[in-house]
Amino acid sequence: MKIINDIYTIWLREMIRFVRARSRIVSSLAMPVIWLIFIGVGLGSSFSLPGMNYINFLAPGVVGMIILFTSIFSGVSVIWDRQFGFLKEILVAPVSRTSIVLGKTLGGATVALINGFLMIFISMAFGVIAPSIGIITSIIFMILAAMIFVALGIIIASRMKSMEGFQMVMSFLIMPIFFLSGGIFPIQNTPLWMQAISHIDPLTYAVDGLRGTLVGVNVFPLWIDVTALAAIAAVMIMIGSYMFKKSVL
Amino acid sequence: MSIIEVKNLTKKFGDFTAVSEVSFSIEEGEIFGLLGPNGAGKTTIISILSTILKKTSGEVIINGFNLEQESDIRKSIGIVFQDPSLDDELTGRENLEMHGRLYHMNKDMIKSRMDEVLKLVDLEDKAKNQVKTYSGGMKRRLEIARGLMHHPKILFLDEPTLGLDPQTRRSIWDYIKKLNENEKITIILTTHYMEEADALCNRIGIIDHGKIIALDSPEKLKNSLGGDVVMLETEEAEKLKELVKCESIKQSKIVNSCLMITTTNGEKCIPEIIRIANENNIEIKSVNLEKPTLEDVFLHYTGRTIRDQEGSVLDRMRIRMRH
Repeated sequence: MKIINDIYTIWLREMIRFVRARSRIVSSLAMPVIWLIFIGVGLGSSFSLPGMNYINFLAPGVVGMIILFTSIFSGVSVIWDRQFGFLKEILVAPVSRTSIVLGKTLGGATVALINGFLMIFISMAFGVIAPSIGIITSIIFMILAAMIFVALGIIIASRMKSMEGFQMVMSFLIMPIFFLSGGIFPIQNTPLWMQAISHIDPLTYAVDGLRGTLVGVNVFPLWIDVTALAAIAAVMIMIGSYMFKKSVL
Repeated sequence: MSIIEVKNLTKKFGDFTAVSEVSFSIEEGEIFGLLGPNGAGKTTIISILSTILKKTSGEVIINGFNLEQESDIRKSIGIVFQDPSLDDELTGRENLEMHGRLYHMNKDMIKSRMDEVLKLVDLEDKAKNQVKTYSGGMKRRLEIARGLMHHPKILFLDEPTLGLDPQTRRSIWDYIKKLNENEKITIILTTHYMEEADALCNRIGIIDHGKIIALDSPEKLKNSLGGDVVMLETEEAEKLKELVKCESIKQSKIVNSCLMITTTNGEKCIPEIIRIANENNIEIKSVNLEKPTLEDVFLHYTGRTIRDQEGSVLDRMRIRMRH
């Protein structure tokens, strides 16, 4: 199948680039680890949650954080591809635009999944997450969330011609997505308006699913998390493909 | 048979007409040049022909396919873009392999073709290094090799030597000539370097403000200006003028007590003149041959120079007008 070959080729390039830039793994893990330790221990000393330590509550949120950041960066890297010209090489090949978006999405999702796993292992090393079969089921939440946010990154990249505006995106989009996801505090105790926003934040369902599978505490039933994420992922990939096609022609 | 047929091609961006009613055809195996200043519409034409930009109107047939048969055209052509388009993080081989995969070549084909094209551009030794370690010329060569990977019938080169130093430029020219011969491939290149068009192309379309204003072989374009000018310094200019009657001579007159002969072929004319002078014991003190350049051709058709060499070209024009 040609389309499989095309998607695989684009995916393969993302993998080669990921392996080449090993030092980037350290820097992308640094921030979540710092969060886990300082926020986890710091806030955990003053606040307590019914039935669990704060740091155990935070750990899945931090896994969600690294998925969010890695995926959006992967999607936004289309801007670099455009700036450094490689995008043209792909665009002029007999390959459909949809295959390019799918390859890019799966590539970004794979990188995010690897980072997510590394974060889970680090949390296990700190004794914050207990080894369980849930680590395997958490894969589905990580992959779906990653696909959503790579697609979001591609959408951002199709509207942004250079990386200069990225700081704005970081402040007004990425950080709010993280804060309102229930990753650092439980959303069910927040005012209604905030809960309302949290319910439309895709990361909320990912964090909830991760928390359910990794530490056994979740707000929504897991099937709702999976369904919501899958539906959002499908819509985001479609919008991403549409925006990408529009921006390159 | 022509491998590319372009009829009345027009491209508008809003109110701005980038390409206006352009028509030309390119024969198989030919090196065809689009010569013109920056912003003349060369890259726009190449982008339309390579299906990455939609035309406004006109007709284009490439290798028997029309522009709607996107995938067939894309497989028939290779492109080297004006701006670099390699992945710096990947090695030379990986860049070629990516390309082969994107063009649906199988593993064995990719491997054997990779060795061929790397040999063609002399990059076998460096192919395993990351592209970010390459020099400008090496990157260009790799891009040319990559454009050839999938055995295209036509290769587009958009400003192939832009930003390269003169020595590297010459070596790229050699590679282009070599692959035109070895691979029997049709080449279309755009350039704003006169010497480049002159050195490489069988035929040149001079393009300005989105229109093709002249199209022919470099020789014919240059000859269309009137031909070569031979200046002979001698005491007996008048006498020599009466005696010299070569076929190729278009005009001869006395300028500043020198004999000035306009001819279609200066090289062949000079020995003839010298022979006649010797037979009649006329002493020639000096001979000067000036051949028109494409720069003069461009100037003739547009009234402008292609580059910022206003001074020297204006001077040359003045000399011509004085004659």
